Amino acid sequence: MSRQANRGTESKKMSSELFTLTYGALVTQLCKDYENDEDVNKQLDKMGYNIGVRLIEDFLARSNVGRCHDFRETADVIAKVAFKMYLGITPSITNWSPAGDEFSLILENNPLVDFVELPDNHSSLIYSNLLCGVLRGALEMVQMAVEAKFVQDTLKGDGVTEIRMRFIRRIEDNLPAGEE
Amino acid sequence: MADTVLFEFLHTEMVAELWAPDPDRGPRAQKIGLSILESMGFRVGQALGERLPQETLGFREELDVLKFLCKDLWVAVFHKQMDSLHTDHQGTYVLQDNSFPLLVPIASGLQYMEEAPKFLAFTCGLLCGALSTLGFQSLVTASVTALPACKFQVVIQKPRGPVPSLKEAL
Repeated sequence: MSRQANRGTESKKMSSELFTLTYGALVTQLCKDYENDEDVNKQLDKMGYNIGVRLIEDFLARSNVGRCHDFRETADVIAKVAFKMYLGITPSITNWSPAGDEFSLILENNPLVDFVELPDNHSSLIYSNLLCGVLRGALEMVQMAVEAKFVQDTLKGDGVTEIRMRFIRRIEDNLPAGEE
Repeated sequence: MADTVLFEFLHTEMVAELWAPDPDRGPRAQKIGLSILESMGFRVGQALGERLPQETLGFREELDVLKFLCKDLWVAVFHKQMDSLHTDHQGTYVLQDNSFPLLVPIASGLQYMEEAPKFLAFTCGLLCGALSTLGFQSLVTASVTALPACKFQVVIQKPRGPVPSLKEAL
């Protein structure tokens, strides 16, 4: 009986770490392929974007959320539904700009960085930059052009991880913005 | 805890990225791309293996290890068990998955058969890495007869020693 229970927990543990381990292997590989951190950051953003434009369909199909009427609703959905569904965490939303077009997502724990330490020669690496690309790509598919960037990172010694989200404009036509 | 689809999305993007179209690339570059994916899978498989409790690591029989891969590892990673396991009892095992989740998206028609090896390289490395942590050096290859079914061939190397055939691009 206990062997059965052990089996279940082992599987669950392996399953939850698979993504973070694979992501770590990817970042390691990109650091070998590209000479500088900036290029790795760009590559992670681009890959995240490609994932985001497809992930949004999965999200909309599974979450049943309706259309967001403003950026505040969007923020709520991102933090309380999307992050919860995909990463099992609920970041808090803070630091709204007076115009209501910018906010911060504060992640107490970033599951991507479990067991990760940045080596000294990669101080400009934005390890979790894939997330920014995912957010950008996913929101573009629902007609919002946004900018997402890390402004604090526990990997760099900050107390929390903070992603700053900025609304740029609504995308009127249905053609996705071209990728440079 | 990361949702399972994230791994599939990430894997697809990794295959696309490490295979970026480049006019200078030829068959040699293809091989390099495959071995990079395989070595990434190997590292992940090793790490997954290292997280198992000690009692699991005390497998006595080679066959027990392979059964573990077909059940527990496969369920953890792909949410299904391997469909069949055959062996010649001399160190060679054939693991068949009739509906391998990483091949399902490209399974419509025959035109993507050529692409299939790219989608199997990471998983070959994963199996090899997990086996390595569990104490076995192996050579893992995969083949596809009809999408999305595939076979993983595991040949346990005896005696235990360095594995010259798996190029760790680390």
